[in-house]
Amino acid sequence: MNRIDQLFQNKQQRVLNVYFTAGYPQLNDTLAIMESLEQSGADLIEVGIPFSDPVADGPTIQESNGIALDNGMTLKLLLEQLAELRKTVSVPVVLMGYINPIVQYGIEAFCKKCAEIGVDGFILPDLPMFEYLETYKPVFDQYGLYNIFLITPQTSEARIREIDDNSHGFIYMVSSASTTGARASISADQSEYFARVKGMNLKNPTLIGFGISNAETFDKACDNANGAIIGSAFIKAISQEGGLKENIETFVKSVIG
Amino acid sequence: MKVKVDERGYYGNFGGAYIPEMLYPNVEELRENYEQIVGAEEFQQKFNALLKDFVGRPTPLYAAERLSEQYGAKIFLKREDLCHTGAHKVNNTIGQILLAQRLGKQKIIAETGAGQHGVATATVCALMGVECIVYMGEVDMARQRPNVERMRILGAEVRAAKSGSRTLKDATNEAMRHWINNPTDTHYIIGSVVGPHPYPEMVARFQSVISAEIKAQLKEKEGRENPDYVIACVGGGSNAAGAFYHYYDESDVKLIAVEAAGKGNDTGESAATTVLGKPGVLHGSKTLLMQTEDGQVVEPYSISAGLDYPGIGPVHAHLHETGRAQFYSVTDDEAMKAGVQLSRLEGIIPAIETSHALAALNQMNFNADDVVVLNLSGRGDKDLETYIKWGKY
Repeated sequence: MNRIDQLFQNKQQRVLNVYFTAGYPQLNDTLAIMESLEQSGADLIEVGIPFSDPVADGPTIQESNGIALDNGMTLKLLLEQLAELRKTVSVPVVLMGYINPIVQYGIEAFCKKCAEIGVDGFILPDLPMFEYLETYKPVFDQYGLYNIFLITPQTSEARIREIDDNSHGFIYMVSSASTTGARASISADQSEYFARVKGMNLKNPTLIGFGISNAETFDKACDNANGAIIGSAFIKAISQEGGLKENIETFVKSVIG
Repeated sequence: MKVKVDERGYYGNFGGAYIPEMLYPNVEELRENYEQIVGAEEFQQKFNALLKDFVGRPTPLYAAERLSEQYGAKIFLKREDLCHTGAHKVNNTIGQILLAQRLGKQKIIAETGAGQHGVATATVCALMGVECIVYMGEVDMARQRPNVERMRILGAEVRAAKSGSRTLKDATNEAMRHWINNPTDTHYIIGSVVGPHPYPEMVARFQSVISAEIKAQLKEKEGRENPDYVIACVGGGSNAAGAFYHYYDESDVKLIAVEAAGKGNDTGESAATTVLGKPGVLHGSKTLLMQTEDGQVVEPYSISAGLDYPGIGPVHAHLHETGRAQFYSVTDDEAMKAGVQLSRLEGIIPAIETSHALAALNQMNFNADDVVVLNLSGRGDKDLETYIKWGKY
């Protein structure tokens, strides 16, 4: 069974998914960050594959992508770093990235490697559903890898249903019309959207991301979905002075209590 | 061979709509509505009236006698440099502002490289009384300063793109991010035949007035609609798409696309995508792309800000792959010399982008009776500082 399904079978509430950019702050921090995240109580880990042109991301994640690339991170190196992942990390792991580096690596080779390593799925924001169904899905399915789709406040009900029908694992609810990290709080409009989606009784669990940064926004998201995703705020937390492990523990504790 | 975009937005293997879900409703709204809006008689009347009375179309097809003598062929220049605002870019912005109005959008954003598309966008926004924000790379703002000030005089806000190489690619990233953050009231006027479907085809259609006019004008002057060659420079490729459009399926017409080789294709400082690129995905479409082995987009280089882009429009990737168009590349120095040559021979100072197309004439062999149409896409006023800095005239 895919680890994501296992997770949601055991836990339907307050699921915490944390994003970080591989190769940031230091090139070889990847596994150490993942181990600390799991030990601190993260339920799911989203590893960002850095890209030169991350159009869906705000300034914080753009910067971490740039630094990771300057540090020498590549998709090939990341997969090497993750080779021993399952010796120390047991929570589900998804890779998040833009499609071009994966196209260059080769879709089949990439999926094969990810399955060997023990990756559970992908979040690929610029891979449209149409292209996914036509070209990617057969390969993802062959290797048991889930593709996680995004929905936004502008996504129509019909398209949400279509996405729900074609999703495995969970649905990533983008909290507002924005790039990552853009909002500081949750507005009335957003609450309406959360309630609307909740009322649709989707087949897949939902996690809310974008603008989730602390205990308050995490709690609010958890009132409306199975959990939440934190990215930019975590990147900021591990950019601070002090030990990486301590910063991670302090941050996760401050969010989940 | 037919050159045509299919329902999924592909020209052969290139195109599509690789966009984040946040942009899906905007792009879908455009895709669903644009053909009907643009096809309506009322739209066409308004569009054509503005092209005639505001832009100054039809632009002349000028028989360049001294240039013809130099190269031993009959060379015609399609004078897009005489368009209002100084380049072909305004053909597209007129079309898109009319489209945006009919979609009920009150705000306009755009990206710009050389500043020509930014000026053309700021111009139509002033014309229609619409708020306008133009993203421009910080590096380009410095080297195309007159255009920055023109946009500001026209009432547009120019925002510096400070990420990455701080050129056209990064201005496009910032414009896309702005659109993600403002999805309901804003239309994004993309300036070239790039971006997610339906942009490449839509922009090409607005620019296709260029080849429609060439056909009629050449018929009048030479008694034939089809020249032997159509030559145009390619950054993203909007002037080339416009000049090629009605000739795509006319196999007797050789289509020549000219890319910027910067300091040379083997120097690491070039923007010649068909030479240095391979298939990849950027800014919403699958196309030829300059990139590292890891799939990171490479910073291109050209003296010309308008050609300084790591990709090309998907239609051009298709024309390249199928061999329908021949691609040449021209260095900074060759282009600058060709620009000065045209100035001396014909009394026309061309934009440096256009000078690349002119320089390709040196790489070609013509028969004396060959009819050649070169799309003179823009004028050189904006490039004076670059000409002065280069200094060899």
